[in-house]
Amino acid sequence: MNPIAFVYLATVLFGIGAAAVLLRRNAIIAFMGVELMLNAANLALVAFSRIHGEIDGQVMAFFVMVVAAAEVVVGLAIIIALFRARQTISLDEPAELKG
Amino acid sequence: MLDLTWLLIAVPLASSLVLILLGKRADAWGHWMGLAASTAAFVVGAGAFLQMLGLDAESREHAVHLFTWISGGELTVDAGLLVDPLSITFVLLVTFVGTLIHLYSVGYMEHDPRRRIFFAYLNLFVAAMLLLVLADSYLLLFVGWEGVGLASYLLIGFWNHKPEYATAANKAFVVNRVGDVGLIVAMGLMFAAFGSLSFETVFAHVGDVSTGQLTAIGLALLVAATGKSAQFPLQSWLGDAMAGPTPVSALIHAATMVTAGVYLIVRSAAIFDLTETARLVVAAVGAITLLMGAIIGMAKDDIKKALAASTMSQIGYMMLAAGLGPIGYAFAIFHLLTHGFFKAGMFLGAGSVMHGMNDQVDMRRFGALRTAMVVTWVTFGLGWLAILGVPPFSGFWSKDKIIESAFVGEGWQPWVFGLAALIGAGLTAYYMSRLFFMTFHGKARWTDDAHPHESPWTMTVPMIVLSVGSGLLGWFLATGDRFTTWLEPVTGHAEHHEPVLAVPVIMALTLVLVAIGAGLAWFQYGRAEVPTTAPAPSLGTMVARNDFYQDSVNRAVFQRPGTHATRTLVYADAALVDGAVNGTGSGLLKLGEFLRRFQSGQVRSYAALILIAVAGLIAAVVLGVL
Amino acid sequence: MISPVLFWSVAILTVIPALSLLFAKKAVHVAMSIVAVMVGLAVAYVGLGAPFLGAVQIVVYTGAVMMLFLFVLMLVGVDQRESMKETLVGQRWIALFGAGGVAVLLISAVGQLAYEPAEEMTEGDPEAIAQLLFTDYVVVMEILGALLITAAVGALVLTHTPRLTPRRGQAERQRARVLAGANPVNRPMPGVYARHNALDVPALDPEGKPIEESVSRVLEIRHQMDTSTQYEAHLSDPSKRGTDKPDHESLAKSDDAETGEAENGKEDEK
Repeated sequence: MNPIAFVYLATVLFGIGAAAVLLRRNAIIAFMGVELMLNAANLALVAFSRIHGEIDGQVMAFFVMVVAAAEVVVGLAIIIALFRARQTISLDEPAELKG
Repeated sequence: MLDLTWLLIAVPLASSLVLILLGKRADAWGHWMGLAASTAAFVVGAGAFLQMLGLDAESREHAVHLFTWISGGELTVDAGLLVDPLSITFVLLVTFVGTLIHLYSVGYMEHDPRRRIFFAYLNLFVAAMLLLVLADSYLLLFVGWEGVGLASYLLIGFWNHKPEYATAANKAFVVNRVGDVGLIVAMGLMFAAFGSLSFETVFAHVGDVSTGQLTAIGLALLVAATGKSAQFPLQSWLGDAMAGPTPVSALIHAATMVTAGVYLIVRSAAIFDLTETARLVVAAVGAITLLMGAIIGMAKDDIKKALAASTMSQIGYMMLAAGLGPIGYAFAIFHLLTHGFFKAGMFLGAGSVMHGMNDQVDMRRFGALRTAMVVTWVTFGLGWLAILGVPPFSGFWSKDKIIESAFVGEGWQPWVFGLAALIGAGLTAYYMSRLFFMTFHGKARWTDDAHPHESPWTMTVPMIVLSVGSGLLGWFLATGDRFTTWLEPVTGHAEHHEPVLAVPVIMALTLVLVAIGAGLAWFQYGRAEVPTTAPAPSLGTMVARNDFYQDSVNRAVFQRPGTHATRTLVYADAALVDGAVNGTGSGLLKLGEFLRRFQSGQVRSYAALILIAVAGLIAAVVLGVL
Repeated sequence: MISPVLFWSVAILTVIPALSLLFAKKAVHVAMSIVAVMVGLAVAYVGLGAPFLGAVQIVVYTGAVMMLFLFVLMLVGVDQRESMKETLVGQRWIALFGAGGVAVLLISAVGQLAYEPAEEMTEGDPEAIAQLLFTDYVVVMEILGALLITAAVGALVLTHTPRLTPRRGQAERQRARVLAGANPVNRPMPGVYARHNALDVPALDPEGKPIEESVSRVLEIRHQMDTSTQYEAHLSDPSKRGTDKPDHESLAKSDDAETGEAENGKEDEK
């Protein structure tokens, strides 16, 4: 079976992740949606790596993981700070950005 | 001494600064310091004059380099002084008459709390005028020119607590600015034509430039001269300038300011020599002004305004003479010199009369003052005889020469200019005699509170000195053509030309007209009863009394269109320029209001916008648009 | 080539748990589902010739990242249920169409490619990856190290709360209590002579008087407190010492109290 199928799988996962970010009000769940999108990209990278027969794509995916780890650390810290300040992690709550 | 001429400018200027900066501390002795500065300038000027007398006629031109003023690219302007017979003549006139006026002011301004400032301004005036006449380039001359304008503004508006006096000062300043534009244009044209503004370079190269350019320069210079010398059509400020204290009027009319225009024309003789057209215009302006001033003078009841009109008329004579070319330059300056003496004397006399009459200026309220103020009567009478041109008083020697010169030439010009000068002499005799008789003769028509008395010595001494000059200066200078020879290095040698009428005929005609004018005035104002209020005027009198409606004309011709043009420009500015700017602003504001709706503050809405944008980008890639 | 069995099992193992992101109400359930997705992806990586990456995926995502999520969830309240009712106008449709649109567009974009997959490929074992990481990508590697440190410091800064008042230790707390008038020592235990379950009987002081506060306040409020009068009588009347058993009736009563007390205790726990 052609490894390109995994790319299709990756797009589906990406779409689910994106929809989760848009739909869920719980900041942690939305954040997990972001993680899923990143992982979908990783899957695509690995699939491409397999298609090309090179492992550079895997290195890229590795880097993405590192970045994602850093992002998780900071993102969760933000969520905790938000929770401390407002006693909630609903994304609809902080509307100070309203112009 | 010739190298020390810079002191002429520096001393009065320093004195002026000191008087202004020291403030009240100098109140007690400030006027004496001003007088001392002026006297010192006169001493330096006299020393330079004596030294120059000892030189040959050819080497009487002395340049004093002061410093390099502007140095940039093609333009290098050196600040330097040019000491030659012409400028020395002016220096002597300005410093001598100026000093006398300073002395006079000590008495005249005695009760004014701001006398110190007055002397500071007088010194500034003298310094600026000396800079004007001593400058060796048009640019430096312009500095003095503007300095004179500033000083005259300050002095005319000296009593600026009265709004109309302040307005008069503003008027003088603004009208002078119009003339200044002429000088600036002239300088621009000169720089374009010669690449320099120094007299030396310009006069050395006048032959290399086309006549058209020279005519343009000449006309621009004429505009400048009309502004400063109150010639037609920029004459309107002079009458109102009487708002200043009388010594100021004397200074403006006799020694400084109004003579600057004549000086400018004569100094630029090299240019005017080569352009017939410009000369003709100068002469025409002079002729028009001399008649106009004389007619206005006939109708004025205000003694100072009548004298002002007389000044206008006399300067008109000088301009006419200057416009006649080489034969007239020397006579223009000659008349300027004698006029400086007798007009200063008469102004000081008028000031003395006002001083004794509670600052009354209406001549219909004077009369029979000859007994109350003997010195004033005698000195004023000498000035009167001089301006009438009665021999052997000084006006005769200078004015008669101008009338003779006006008759020289070919075609219609000698007849027009000559007759204008001739008739002007008759009119002058009439209005000056009218003034004299109304003031000093006839019956007393004083107001009840008037107690005429003779002025203190500080005021009478200058008047006596000036009246001596009015009496004898003309004869002294005209004997053996002393003055014309003296000025020859500057104005050039004038071939003698025969007038279209024989000289004795002209002289006789002049004297007859003067006699008729004076006699008429005697019958009307000397012998007959003078009503204390002016009778209902005829049309001509009305026109003359209102200065030929010069202000209305100016308003209709210049001010109204100017106002409308300004309004249009303001409207255009508001509608187009501001409209564009404000439109941009309000447009951006509306755009912002529209975009604001996307700033809902909802994080998920932002995420949705990002997603839609990404979808758009991907779509563009897929569809091959990008 | 890839085994279709592998692909479909991975697809099912990832997509179905991933859908919980959209439909599960409890965040914990979502997190656990995502763990499953991560494991599925790890399997896919191994199947795609990236065993090292698969291992890293397990370690980093299921082991670290998702556990971190769970920690935070517990910190902010694990029980929070989220209402699925949409509050933003049209957000649901924008989200579904947007996400679906992006997916469709990406699929169509990928579908335009005509790549024949490589027959052979180097296995992505740690050795090969390390070879690349420390040669071609060494600069990126260093930069990512800096990024990680920055992120760690950033997280510290973000979650740090400055102390506004001086710290109150045990000594300070005790001092405050004494100053407020509290008894510095322990309260006396209830019960008399431990003859029965004496939690409901006040202790007696040396003078033989009952100490009311030795009994739990709860029992007092419930009126389940026994008086110590009978035991006082025992004390004051030494003749009864031999027959120290109380009469039958009172014994039964105290048994009742005992069972009731036990039940009450259970309720208290709840």
